Amino acid sequence: MMPELGKYAATVLSAYGVSVVLLLLLVGASIWRAKQVRGQLEQIEQRMKQDG
Amino acid sequence: MIALLIRDLKLALRAGGGFGLALAFFLIVVTLVPFGVGPDPELLSKIAPGILWLGALLACLLSLDRIFALDWEDGSLDLLATSPLPLEGVAAIKSFGHWLTTGLPLILAAPLFGVLMNLPATGFIPLILSLTLGTPALSVIGTFGAALTVGLKRGGLLLSLLVLPLYVPTLIFGAQVAQRGAEGLSITSPLLMLAGITCGTIALLPFAAAAVLKANLR
Amino acid sequence: MNQRPEQKRPAVNSVWEYANPRRFIATSDRLMPWIWGGAIACLVIGLIWGFFFTPDDYRQGSTVKIIYLHVPSALMAINAWFMMLVTSLIWIIRRHHVSALAARAAAPVGLVMTLIALLTGAIWGQPMWGTWWAWDPRLTSFLILFLFYLGYIALWSAIENDDTAADLTSILCLVGSVFAILSRYAVNFWNQGLHQGASLSLDKEENVADVFYHPLLFSIAGFVLLFLGLVLLRTQTEIRARRMRALLARERLQ
Repeated sequence: MMPELGKYAATVLSAYGVSVVLLLLLVGASIWRAKQVRGQLEQIEQRMKQDG
Repeated sequence: MIALLIRDLKLALRAGGGFGLALAFFLIVVTLVPFGVGPDPELLSKIAPGILWLGALLACLLSLDRIFALDWEDGSLDLLATSPLPLEGVAAIKSFGHWLTTGLPLILAAPLFGVLMNLPATGFIPLILSLTLGTPALSVIGTFGAALTVGLKRGGLLLSLLVLPLYVPTLIFGAQVAQRGAEGLSITSPLLMLAGITCGTIALLPFAAAAVLKANLR
Repeated sequence: MNQRPEQKRPAVNSVWEYANPRRFIATSDRLMPWIWGGAIACLVIGLIWGFFFTPDDYRQGSTVKIIYLHVPSALMAINAWFMMLVTSLIWIIRRHHVSALAARAAAPVGLVMTLIALLTGAIWGQPMWGTWWAWDPRLTSFLILFLFYLGYIALWSAIENDDTAADLTSILCLVGSVFAILSRYAVNFWNQGLHQGASLSLDKEENVADVFYHPLLFSIAGFVLLFLGLVLLRTQTEIRARRMRALLARERLQ
């Protein structure tokens, strides 16, 4: 199934590898921080409600 | 306005850092370069215009954080903001003061350092010309950067990060003028571009600096 | 500090309604699954089509496949800055908090896009030009753009007060844009380059061949949607973080 990349295999694969890794890192970091901040905010809002 | 300028100059003189420090830094850069690249006179004279421009730029950068820092600390910046003088005028005067204490001495000392760097004889006039036209832009852009970071405790490093990319066009055209002059080529087009950048920054950036100062003082 | 700017409901249904943080979060929550779905679909189609089912270029061999990453990321690197410029202007003129926060949210995405463009370019340049890096106008401009992103992000994170930070970064973005364009011309003047002309243009003659063009379009659409999805998500995060800081500040006052 792998296409024939010839002598440039390493070049093409590393370009794809680097990009995919960077994009996944970016997406992962964004989602992780979104979850974290959402959780913290809910916690604080709960606390504020309890305290009145 | 003139009173403010005189006050700034006096402060710079009294602190002792104003005139001397930037020049000393420039001298050190020029001294260190041959240690880094070797003493070959041909190589030195080839890279001299670029090194001199880079040295002037870094020396200029060194004193930027002092433009507003003292006034911020002792609260006189708040007084200036409420004074009848518009903040744009304050920013313009501050950059002019900075230019007088760093840019002007650099221009005057540049021929001397040119000799140290083995600059070809044809290169001196273009070098002085480009520095004269270019350093005001460096001061004005730097004032904008200093206004951005005025409220920060450790703003120095951030200031360099913000200001250096803004220096790129000035550096390119300024160094091109000096380089082409040293090689005996026509310098008209980079010189015009450099003059354009300087005029544009002097006309517009004090407004940006004043807006930034207002946000910082709020 | 008002964490919930009490905006008057405009009589007409206008775009400014989304300047209300709550409405922004509600709407973007509804939109995001579609955008993310579209982004993933387009990226998968574009990249798999490009990677597996396009022929090699007669000159560049299989390295031509890098185009499906290089061109879209470069495109988004510039457009992200442009979007930040627009949102910064909206903040300066109309003072909608969401707008400033959207600019803040977009900056790291733009930074990563610039990095991808630079890295894939370097990897591509190595076999084609025989060097990883050349001080070519396009490459240099992107490096300068990268520095602009770094400075912008650093300034955001250095200032504690949200409104001041938004003001300062907006003005920096405006001034930076002018200087970025100036640098582009300066760099062009300074060195003529190795880099080929624009890969995409309306002029058919200059365009890349259709075999490469169609998957490239999918890939670009994927990158655009991915950017949109990331910006929406990150803007939501920034809105929540801002609200959290405001709540904490109020708590401390009590």
